[in-house]
Formats: sequence, structure tokens, C-alpha cells
Amino acid sequence: MKKITNIFLIFLKIGVFTFGGGYTMITLLRNEFVSKKQWIISDLFLDMVAIAESTPGPIAINSATYIGYHIAGFNGALVATTAVCIPSFTIIYIISSYFDSFLKLSYVSYAFDGIQACVVYLIISAAIQMLAGVRKTFFNLVIVSTIFITMLIFSVLSIDFSTVFYILICGMIGVARDFIKLIPRGENKK
Amino acid sequence: MIYFQLFWQFLKIGTVSFGGGYGMISLIREAVLTNNWLTENDFLAFIAVSESTPGPLAVNMATFIGASQGGILGAFLATLGVISPAFIMILIIASCMKNLLKYAGVKAFLAAVRPCIAALVLATGINMGLSVFCGIKQITDSFNISYSRFFIFLIISCIGIITKKIKQKTLSPILMIMISACLGIVVNLI
Repeated sequence: MKKITNIFLIFLKIGVFTFGGGYTMITLLRNEFVSKKQWIISDLFLDMVAIAESTPGPIAINSATYIGYHIAGFNGALVATTAVCIPSFTIIYIISSYFDSFLKLSYVSYAFDGIQACVVYLIISAAIQMLAGVRKTFFNLVIVSTIFITMLIFSVLSIDFSTVFYILICGMIGVARDFIKLIPRGENKK
Repeated sequence: MIYFQLFWQFLKIGTVSFGGGYGMISLIREAVLTNNWLTENDFLAFIAVSESTPGPLAVNMATFIGASQGGILGAFLATLGVISPAFIMILIIASCMKNLLKYAGVKAFLAAVRPCIAALVLATGINMGLSVFCGIKQITDSFNISYSRFFIFLIISCIGIITKKIKQKTLSPILMIMISACLGIVVNLI
């Protein structure tokens, strides 16, 4: 029980201090669970980072669930995930009640005029960073250019095509390509 | 039924949002705009708020949109929707399928999804840019260029690129947002 309370408090703290998304959180988590408490061994932690990056969902949630489970089973996972969400849930819920009236103040609306430009910059530079991390193979190049052009054209022409499909279709193409590569060449000729 | 709609949309986002951070921006933008939950301007403003408050973007978004559409219950359901796929998936991996990510099929799927997400984020960034700077959402919209926003975008980009070149590290998004807020106020007063 003491461990569960401990997990709750640590993840609550981490939830309060993770500005700037998942990767800052990973540093904090390593600090708490690998260096200080030594509840998680370093190898397991590295596995966790890889898993959190490759599974869907926010990295914060993935790592909270994983670490919570390894320390105290299902209850640990549940407590860790809940705790990491509580701070942002509370803060955003409070902000949401004032957001509209806040935006109506004239100086605030001037400021947000600039901020919108900044957010566009942040997103484009995040995308460029992601693209830089993609391996430069012919296959990847085809995916990137096809998806980019299709999405741009579809949204300008306001053709309804859910983003979910782009992701699933690409994933399936990847699996199919892998499958085709596995078939030995000789077998096709017989 | 708004509660079900909120839960379902965010469950979908939580299931296919690979890549963390801005990786899910395309999905959230689509859900928000097609359901008329936020305007593009409010969405951009809220991304800035989310960057400046702790917690994962997806949780912040879910809480904010849920609260604006359905009060505290809406906020809770949207947040629950966005985190449950990650929670369940990680529990499965941690408890009984430790090697899930090592299967060839899963690897091939993820390898193809990664470039797709990067392309989606870039296309989303460009789309937002078109809407913020030129007032274009569809091909039928007429050009309505906002020079002041574009000017701020250029300054922010220069600051971002120069600090990256000189200091070899990126400026914190919160600092960028504050600089652009000041620029927004100054430009609008002149």
C-alpha cells in the first residue's frame, strides 16, 4: 500500500512538472525510478522508452502505465496513469472556463495574433525534425511525398478522408511489402 | 449524443496516434474542425496554452474540448477516451506480450507509419499556415493575406534558425510563444 501511495505522489509530481511533452518526462522518470528509488533497472527502463515511442498514445501515459505495472501490477498502472493526468486535467479544466473571456481582452487578442504565427512555426519545425529522423530510403520517400501531397490537396478541395485511414493504409502497405520480400523468388516460378 | 461523440472521437485519436507530441496534431485538428468544436484560430491559441501548461498535448486537448462541449463529464470522457487505448495496449505488452514489438509484422507496420506521421504533421502545418497567413481553408476561399502575422512568422523562424545554428540547441517553445506574444502586441499597436 505504501508503494502505491508513493507511485501516486511521484507521478502526480511528474504530471505537474512536465512542460514540453514526453521527452522531458523520460528524464524525470529515469531520475525518480532508476537513480533515486531503484525500483526499475536500467535495461527495463530502456525497453520502456522504446515501447512508449512505438505504441500509440501520449508518451507520458505509456510510460506511467508501464512503470506502474512493473512496480505494483494492475493497480500500480491504474494509479500511475491517473496521477499523471490529474494536474493537467485540473489546470486545463480551470483554464477552459475562462478561456473565451480571456481571448476577448484586446491586448490578449493582439498577443494571440503573434502566438498563432508561432504555433505554425512550432508545428512545421516539429515536422521537419520528424522528417529528418526518417531513414532516407526510396520507400519512405514515396510514402512521405504521396501522403503529404494527397493530404494537402484533399484538405484544400475539402474532400472528406479521415487521417486515420492514411495511417492505417501506410501501416498495411508496410506489412504487405515485408510479406512480399519474405517470399523466396524461386517459388514464384516453380 | 455529445458525450458519446467526445469519447468516440478521442478514443479514435488515442488508438492511432503514434509518435507522441505533435504526431497527433493532424488527428486532433481534423476531429476539432469537422465537428465544429473549435475554430482554427481557437485551436492554434489552445495549442499555445497547452505548450505553456504541464501535461501531454493529447490530454490537455481532450480536457479542453471535452469541457467546452460537455462540462466536467465531457472533459472526463474525452480524456478517458484518449488515454485508454494507450493504457490497455501497454498493459497487454507489459503483462503477456513482451515481444510484441519484435515481431516482423509489427516492425514493418511501425516502419511505414513513421514517415506517414511526419508527412501528415508537415501537411497539417502547411494547412494551418495557409489558413492563418492567407485566410485559405478551401480552394474557393479568396486570398486574404495577413502581413502582420506573416511578418511575425518570419521573425520567429529567423530567431529559431539562428539560435539553432549558433547555440546548437532549440529555444524552448514557451520562450518562443512569449516572444511572439510581445511581437503580436507591438505589431498590432503600430
